[in-house]
Amino acid sequence: MTVAQPQPEGLTFECETGNYHTFCPISCVAWLYQKIEDSFFLVIGTKTCGYFLQNAMGVMIFAEPRYAMAELEEGDISAKLNDYDELKRLCLQIKRDRNPSVIVWIGTCTTEIIKMDLEGLAPKLEAELGIPIVVARANGLDYAFTQGEDTVLAAMAVRCPDKAPVAETEKHERNAIQKLLHFGKKKEDVVQEESEYADHPPLVLFGSLPDPVVTNLTLELKKQGIKVSGWLPAKRYTELPVLEEGYYVAGVNPFLSRTATTLMRRRKCKLIGAPFPIGPDGTRAWIEKICSVFNIQPKGLEEREAQIWAGLEDYIQLIRGKSVFFMGDNLLEVSLARFLIRCGMTCPEIGIPYMDKRYQEAELKLLEKTCQEMGVPLPRIVEKPDNYNQIQRIYELKPDLVITGMAHANPLEARGINTKWSVEFTFAQTHGFTNARDILELVTRPLRRNNSLKDLGWDKLVKEDAKV
Amino acid sequence: MKLAYWMYAGPAHIGTLRIASSFKNVHAIMHAPLGDDYFNVMRSMLERERDYTPVTASVVDRNVLARGSQEKVVDNIVRKDQEEHPDLIVLTPTCTSSILQEDLQNFVERAQLDAKGDVMLADVNHYRVNELQAADRTLQQIVQFYIEKAKKKGELPEGKTEKPSVNIIGMSTLGFHNQHDCTELKRLMADLGIEVNEVIPEGASVHNLKNLPRAWFNLVPYRELGLMAAGYLQAEFGTPFVDITPMGVVETARCIRKIQQVINAQGANVDYSEYIDNQTLYVSQAAWFSRSIDCQNLTGKKAVVFGDNTHAAAMTKILAREMGIHVVCAGTYCKYDTDWFKEQVSEYCDEVLISDDNAQIGDMIARIEPSAIFGTQMERHVGKRLDIPCGVIASPIHIQNFPIGYKPFLGYEGTNQITDLIYNSFTLGMEDHLLEIFGGHDTKEVITKGISADSDLNWTKEAQAELNKVPGFVRGKVKRNTEKFARERGLNEISLEVMYAAKEAVGA
Repeated sequence: MTVAQPQPEGLTFECETGNYHTFCPISCVAWLYQKIEDSFFLVIGTKTCGYFLQNAMGVMIFAEPRYAMAELEEGDISAKLNDYDELKRLCLQIKRDRNPSVIVWIGTCTTEIIKMDLEGLAPKLEAELGIPIVVARANGLDYAFTQGEDTVLAAMAVRCPDKAPVAETEKHERNAIQKLLHFGKKKEDVVQEESEYADHPPLVLFGSLPDPVVTNLTLELKKQGIKVSGWLPAKRYTELPVLEEGYYVAGVNPFLSRTATTLMRRRKCKLIGAPFPIGPDGTRAWIEKICSVFNIQPKGLEEREAQIWAGLEDYIQLIRGKSVFFMGDNLLEVSLARFLIRCGMTCPEIGIPYMDKRYQEAELKLLEKTCQEMGVPLPRIVEKPDNYNQIQRIYELKPDLVITGMAHANPLEARGINTKWSVEFTFAQTHGFTNARDILELVTRPLRRNNSLKDLGWDKLVKEDAKV
Repeated sequence: MKLAYWMYAGPAHIGTLRIASSFKNVHAIMHAPLGDDYFNVMRSMLERERDYTPVTASVVDRNVLARGSQEKVVDNIVRKDQEEHPDLIVLTPTCTSSILQEDLQNFVERAQLDAKGDVMLADVNHYRVNELQAADRTLQQIVQFYIEKAKKKGELPEGKTEKPSVNIIGMSTLGFHNQHDCTELKRLMADLGIEVNEVIPEGASVHNLKNLPRAWFNLVPYRELGLMAAGYLQAEFGTPFVDITPMGVVETARCIRKIQQVINAQGANVDYSEYIDNQTLYVSQAAWFSRSIDCQNLTGKKAVVFGDNTHAAAMTKILAREMGIHVVCAGTYCKYDTDWFKEQVSEYCDEVLISDDNAQIGDMIARIEPSAIFGTQMERHVGKRLDIPCGVIASPIHIQNFPIGYKPFLGYEGTNQITDLIYNSFTLGMEDHLLEIFGGHDTKEVITKGISADSDLNWTKEAQAELNKVPGFVRGKVKRNTEKFARERGLNEISLEVMYAAKEAVGA
C-alpha cells in the first residue's frame, strides 16, 4: 500500500454509461412486507417481474408471502381489458383471502410505458374497498434496487396522520404511539419516564430496519435523552407515526432521498442531515448531529466509540492496509467505504447507482474528513458505473476485495480476485454501534476464507485469463 | 390480469438467453430496463459459472421512453462487438421492449454494417410464448441463420459422415441436469458405435452449425427444446430425428430401437438387442430393483407427478410401468403442448392435470394425500407443508438441483439415479410414518439441564421479548453469553441495555 499525500481538492464525481448490474427496485417488497406486518404488496407487472422476485428472493416465496403479482396479459397491454375492473377484482380477492390493513401497489416499467394511471385509480378503489391503497412506482426505468424502498416510504409519508388523535390528555403526551407505549402504566410512572428525556421537539426517524436494530438505535438516542416519537415505517401500517408541521426527521439509510424530500416539502418537517449510523464512526456522528440540533451535549460517545473499535481489533487486523473496490449497486457504498477507510483500508473507487449530493452531504463530508485523517487518497465516486470498464480497472488495480453483485462475484473469484456479495449488506444488520462487527464479519469473510485455504495453489481457476 | 405468486416457466427472454449463453462466444444484448439482467445472477449462482455470463443490457430508461433508443442499441451492439469479438450477437427483446414497439430489426441491420460478427434479432413475442417455447424458437433461428449463411457462401459440407453419427439437440444452460445427461448420452452413443457429430447449443460454436447436415440423424432428448431445430433440419435435409426421451429402462430401450431403425434405414446394419438386454438385466440396477422386495413394498403406493412435459411424462411411466406405483395424478405446466402429454400418460395414471396455477396443484396434492410427490421445487415446498416427501424431477429448480456429482436422468446410469430418488422419497415417508406411530426417536424426558435452564437472573419483559426475536438456532447462545456477561459484572437483572452491552462485549 502506498500512502499518498491527501489530495488538496475535494471528492471527484464521475458519471459513466449506466451499464451496470443491480436488482430491480421491486425487490423492496421482499423486506418491506416482512417489516410492515399488516400490509399486502401487489406488484403490477409482467412475468419478467414475477420471475425476478421468485428467483431473487429465493425461498422467501414459500412462506405464504403477503405479496403477489398482478400479471399483465396481452389484453391489459392493448387496453382490451379495463384496468379498474381488473385491479378491483384482484384487490377484492386479496381482501377476502388476507384482509390486510393496506395494499401497496408497486408500479413497474410496464405500467409506466402503458401509462396506467395507478395514482388516479387508487383513491377510487380505496373508497370502494375500504382498504387504504398506497401507490409506489418502483420501476427499473427510474430507480435501482434499494431506491424501491425510498419510493414506498415516500408514498407512505403522505399517509402518516398529521394530528395526534388524543388532544384532550396531558400536553406532553404528544401522540398516539406514546399513549400506546404507556398503556397500562400509572400516570406517575409515565411522568417519571418522561423526565428521562430532554425537552426537545418531536423526532421521527425514517428507513426500514429489522426490529432489533430499531430498538437498538432508539435506545442509543434514549441514552442521550432523545426520544424517538415514531418511526417510518412502523411494524404495522396502522401505527404509522404522527407527522406535524415542524417535527424533526432523520434518515437512517443513504438511499432515502425522495422520502426525505417528501417529508420536508409535503409534511413541512425539518430534516437533520447527518452521516448514517453505519459503523461506530457513523453512528457517533449521527447521534452527535441529532444532539447538536437539539442543543444537547452528547455524553460518553467518545468512550463508547473507542470501546467498540477496541472490540473490532481482531477483524481490523485482517483488513488494515488492504484495498476495497465498490462496483456499486445498492447506494450503501459511500457509508460502507467511509467505515472501511476508518478501519484502515484504502478505496480507489466507489461505484454507486445514484448520488444525491444534498441528502448525502454530511456523509460525503465525513468521508472526506476520514480520508484526510487516515492519510489515504480520496476515492473516485463513479455514478451510474459501467461494469465492463470497472472490470478492466479491477484487473489493473488488483484490489484485495471487490464488493459486487452476484453476476460478477463467481467469475471474479475464479480469476483470483476476492469478492463479497453486496446484497448481503442490504439484508444484514449493519446499523448502530452494536452491529459494526457484523459488517466486518461480512467484509473479512473472503479474507478469512483465504487464510484457511492458503498454500493450496487454487486461486486462479480459469484456463486463460479470458476476455470479460 | 392474473393474481400470481409463483410461475413455472419464465418469461420468453430467459429462453432466448439460455440458448445464446449456451453457445460459445455468442453474446446476447437485452433491450431492457435496469435490473432485468438477473439472468446473469441465476447463471452465475445456479451453474456456479466461472466465466462472465455473456449477456448485457442496452438499458431502457426515461430518456429511451421519451425519445426512443435512437443510436443506443446500435452503439451497444457495436461496442460489444469490438470489446469481445463474439461470433454472434443476439439482440433480445423483453416485455418492456415489446410494448415500446421500436423497430429492433432495423437496429440489427444498422449494427451489422459496423459489426465484424453476426447480429440477429431473437424472434419471440413476449406475450405469446414462455421461456421454453422461446428457447426452442431461438435455437431453430440460430441454426437456420448459419445454415443459410453457409449455403450462400457455398460452404455447406456435402454428404454424411462415413460412420453413423448423431447431433444431440437441446442441451442448454440452466436446464435440469442437462450437463450430466449430455455426458450420459455421449457415453451411450459411444457404446452404440455412433459418432457424436455436434451437440447444440451447450458448448457449441456457431461456426460448426454448418456441419449439422452431416449427421445421419438427430436426437432430441427433451420435448421442450430442440424439436423446432430438428424439424427444420428434417425439412431442409431430410435428416430424420428421434424424439423418444431415453429416461427409464423401457423408454431407453425404445429410444435405442428407434435409433437402430433410423440408421439401418440408411444402411448401417446394426442390431442393438443384445446391448439392450445386457444393460437392462445386468448393468442398470433398475430392472433388478423392480423385482427386489424393496420395490415390492412400494406396490400400489400413491404418488403424484408434476413437472415439464419431458420429465413428468417419463416419470409417470417409470412409476407406473416399472415399479407398480399408483400414479393418481400426472400433470404438466406446458399448457401449449397439452395433447402430447395426455397421449403419453393417459394409460398410466388416473387423472391428468394441465395447469400453471400452483394453488391448484397444491390443492390437488392435499386432496389426494399421496405417499410421495415427484415435482418441481414448488411441489417440494407443498410437500413440506403437508408432510409428504418430494423428489424434484423438473425445473423450476434451486441451487441444490445443480449437483456437482454425476447425476444424469437419462440413459442407463440415469435409471439408477432415478431409482435412488424414488426409493429414498418413499422410505423417508415410511420412516416418518413409523416414527409417528412409535412417538418419535427418543421418548425419554431430557433430565440434564444446561446452564441456561436454571437461571438465577431476572430478564425484564422487554429483554425477554427481544431475546425471543433472536432466531431460534442462536437464541441459546445469546442467552448464555448475556447471562455470563451479567454475572461477571454482578448484575442480577437483564435489561435491553445489558443485552446490547453484552453483545458488544462478546460479539454474541
